[in-house]
Amino acid sequence: MKNLFYAVICVLSISACSNNASQKVLPILGNREADTKTVNGKTITDTVYQTIPKFKFINQYGDSVSNKTLDGNIYVADFFFTTCPSICPVMHRNMLNVYKEFKNAGNFKIVSYTIDPKHDSVAVLKKYADNLGITGKNWLFLQGQKEETYKLAKSYMVEAREGNVHDGYFILIDKQKRIRGSYLGTDPAEVAKMIADIKTLQADPEQNIVQ
Amino acid sequence: MKRPISAVLLFIVSLLIASCINDQDIEFKRAYTAGAIVYQTHCQNCHGSNGEGLSALMPPLTDSVYLKQNKTQLACILKYGLKGNLIIVHGKPYQNQMPAAELAPIEIAQVLTYVKNSFGNKLGVVKVDEVNKDLSGCK
Repeated sequence: MKNLFYAVICVLSISACSNNASQKVLPILGNREADTKTVNGKTITDTVYQTIPKFKFINQYGDSVSNKTLDGNIYVADFFFTTCPSICPVMHRNMLNVYKEFKNAGNFKIVSYTIDPKHDSVAVLKKYADNLGITGKNWLFLQGQKEETYKLAKSYMVEAREGNVHDGYFILIDKQKRIRGSYLGTDPAEVAKMIADIKTLQADPEQNIVQ
Repeated sequence: MKRPISAVLLFIVSLLIASCINDQDIEFKRAYTAGAIVYQTHCQNCHGSNGEGLSALMPPLTDSVYLKQNKTQLACILKYGLKGNLIIVHGKPYQNQMPAAELAPIEIAQVLTYVKNSFGNKLGVVKVDEVNKDLSGCK
């Protein structure tokens, strides 16, 4: 009897350990608010996380793309412009690895917003995508109003402003439109970590609930 | 008695030649290392750390034939950039713009020496005099 007791303890502790290891969960970034409601006479407090707001842009094929188009997808966003000679080629050289890694995975997208919509027309974005070797709709290059783009960048916690100034972060967004990671897109090591994190997120049971 | 003298002479001459080669070697190494730093600051973002380019956007720098055929144009391309002219590298077309680099002739010579002897190229040292001559003939 005593032996059985020890055996049970052993099995329990081992399973507890392995459970912890397999349930790696990415943090949820950004602002959060407490939402307190009264339901059936009880006070319930929920955490409301920062999410990506509504937007409506045009992609490289001339189709309209909104936040709704991305529903049900895990996606990575960045801000760039096609004539940028500094960090953008490095960012997109690294992003190309992400594109190739998840090319055949469903429910995953890459979204690159141009911050120079005056130059980066639909035709220019299409040519850029073609030259980069992008086919299909897994990697979308979006063009919209400049002010709207700058505003949207803020909700991704990315800096983008007048004079084609932007930073090189890749932002990982989950199916609930919450920010789950921010990676320096110019650093191959950080981008490799992002690829691993995307896989973690894809395996997260919370991401597999039908939206 | 004659033999030792000629032996000594031969020794001195061979020493001179050896030191000469050494000087050239040092000159090459100096240009190459300086050129590597110029490359990292001005070229690597687009052309990559191994000169591999980026898909069909940025041409690779691994085409020795292109580098040879456009030998006198390279300095001009670095100084004034490319304005969307069609170029063929490794048999593939590239038509992107390349920004003009703010480089002194000596830096152009250094970075050309680096590129022409990296990424599988082996085309020898580029001297400042050559660069100056090429620059005076830019279209």
